[in-house]
Amino acid sequence: MSEESANNQNNSVGLVTPKTHHFEQPLTLASGRVLSEYDIAYETYGELNAEKSNAILICHALSGHHHAAGFHEGDKKPGWWDHYIGPGKPIDTNHFYVISTNNLGGCHGSTGPTSINPETGKAWQKDFPHMRCRDWVNSQRQLMKLLGISQWAAVIGGSLGGMQAMRWSLEYPDELRHCIVIASATKLTAQNIAFNEVARQAISSDADFHDGYYIDHNTIPKSGLRLARMIGHITYLSEDGMGQKFGRELKAGSFMLGSDDDVEFQVESYLRYQGDMFSEAFDANTYILMTKALDYFDLAREYGDDAVAAFSHANCSFFVVSFTSDWRFSTQRSREIVDALVAAKKPVSYAEIEADFGHDAFLIPNERYKNVFHAYMQRVVEGCK
Amino acid sequence: MRFDLQVIPHWIKPGSRVLDLGCGDGELLKKLEADKQVDGLGIEIDADKITACIAKRLNIVEQDLNKGLANFQDDSFDIVVMAHALQTLHDPHVVIDEMLRVGKECIVTFPNFAHWSCRLHLGSQGRMPVSKFMPYNWYDTPNIHFCTVKDFEALCAENNIKVLATTVVSHDSSESFLGTLLPNLFGVTAVYHISR
Repeated sequence: MSEESANNQNNSVGLVTPKTHHFEQPLTLASGRVLSEYDIAYETYGELNAEKSNAILICHALSGHHHAAGFHEGDKKPGWWDHYIGPGKPIDTNHFYVISTNNLGGCHGSTGPTSINPETGKAWQKDFPHMRCRDWVNSQRQLMKLLGISQWAAVIGGSLGGMQAMRWSLEYPDELRHCIVIASATKLTAQNIAFNEVARQAISSDADFHDGYYIDHNTIPKSGLRLARMIGHITYLSEDGMGQKFGRELKAGSFMLGSDDDVEFQVESYLRYQGDMFSEAFDANTYILMTKALDYFDLAREYGDDAVAAFSHANCSFFVVSFTSDWRFSTQRSREIVDALVAAKKPVSYAEIEADFGHDAFLIPNERYKNVFHAYMQRVVEGCK
Repeated sequence: MRFDLQVIPHWIKPGSRVLDLGCGDGELLKKLEADKQVDGLGIEIDADKITACIAKRLNIVEQDLNKGLANFQDDSFDIVVMAHALQTLHDPHVVIDEMLRVGKECIVTFPNFAHWSCRLHLGSQGRMPVSKFMPYNWYDTPNIHFCTVKDFEALCAENNIKVLATTVVSHDSSESFLGTLLPNLFGVTAVYHISR
């Protein structure tokens, strides 16, 4: 795609080229282990102003990456949050310098299980250290320093990314002015952990998984990853959303011919396609690592299991958004965040968006979501001056 | 600005932490922030009004008052305000009880259904009053629990609610002589400052 046509498409930031920085200073992780060196892959959109006061950090969700907006050379599909990042969009690149990183432990350019362990000269695979949200926060902070930014205008994330954004507000309270938490939670429910465990079991029971050392065996646990992704997709949508999107439409075959014909529903076709795409593009150890980081995240554990006590350390303003049909990160989870912030006497605004597409709603165009997000971001713009 | 909203600030101390239930587009909270430097939080359910509040740089939480205030801690606000929302609630007495738990003091305003113009309308025409201030038909009105000054006084008495101050406002915004003398007849909107 040419730069011009990419720019014209839907107020896009246009063609973007990912960057990678190699950090040589060791990073001590929450687990106590140390990454002696690491890469962080990231993208930037918009221009950093002279005061370096307009930088926004985007934190991605479970299977996300740094490619949040615009197009890569040759791609037809834009980054995962292109509806909300770009000129004139809520995260307006005419005002902000937007930085989107790939989490450590990821499989899109930042150091992760497929990277070479410098101590062994072989891929880390299963031996890559466990990651916690604070490890991502600390590694993002190194990138922040590298770029000469002393305070984020806002840290923004959905789902797992929202957890990171909240962790930022507690770990480095003076280094962000706004924290925007979308479709997230202070900790996962048992049901949510259960879905993650089924996904992990799907992967680890694949014969090609080889206990996580599949690179050594020159295999990929594709069928396990595919199944894990299919389960995920079901939980990211809602019953109504799936009904709207697929109904009982057939992709192939017909009911008339009965069981002799190979009937395939649209929803089956969709899940298979999503599973196939994912199993070819995503690393199984990364999937396990990311779901574990989700499961173990507990905002308030070190604050006496008291979210109010936790948030009392924050110094920024908060904007919390949830979606009515999201049952993986339900509105109740967002209300818990809001209630704790109110009790801690922190500035907070909250919107509960009527939406049909479950957890995925945070990625999908929605007029009200766009308007209220845009209104809040104007406040962030003012703080940059 | 609606007349009751002009009266409310007189009873709010500078720097107070204020919860405004059914804050609409945030007109009162904005005034209180400007004039009284309050630390304010609004509660609203209407999507466009929430966006309007956010555009005004107010802190606003989307919440349905009919589902209660259980998520707010005891005495966590210096003052809880509810202007012109009482008559729209499913259980007004429960919400007032909750307001008094969450706030050290409360201010409640409501349209007085015993105002002479309502009485005249009902008495002469035998139909539910429809006016500039109550512009809805009975079947599609959000106002499902109208009451009078006397009714509210009785509710306070029955529930041991202290009335710290009260006034009524009329169409011309003045707290007229007649309104002071006979609030249940001449008050268009009643304004109550209450506590436990």
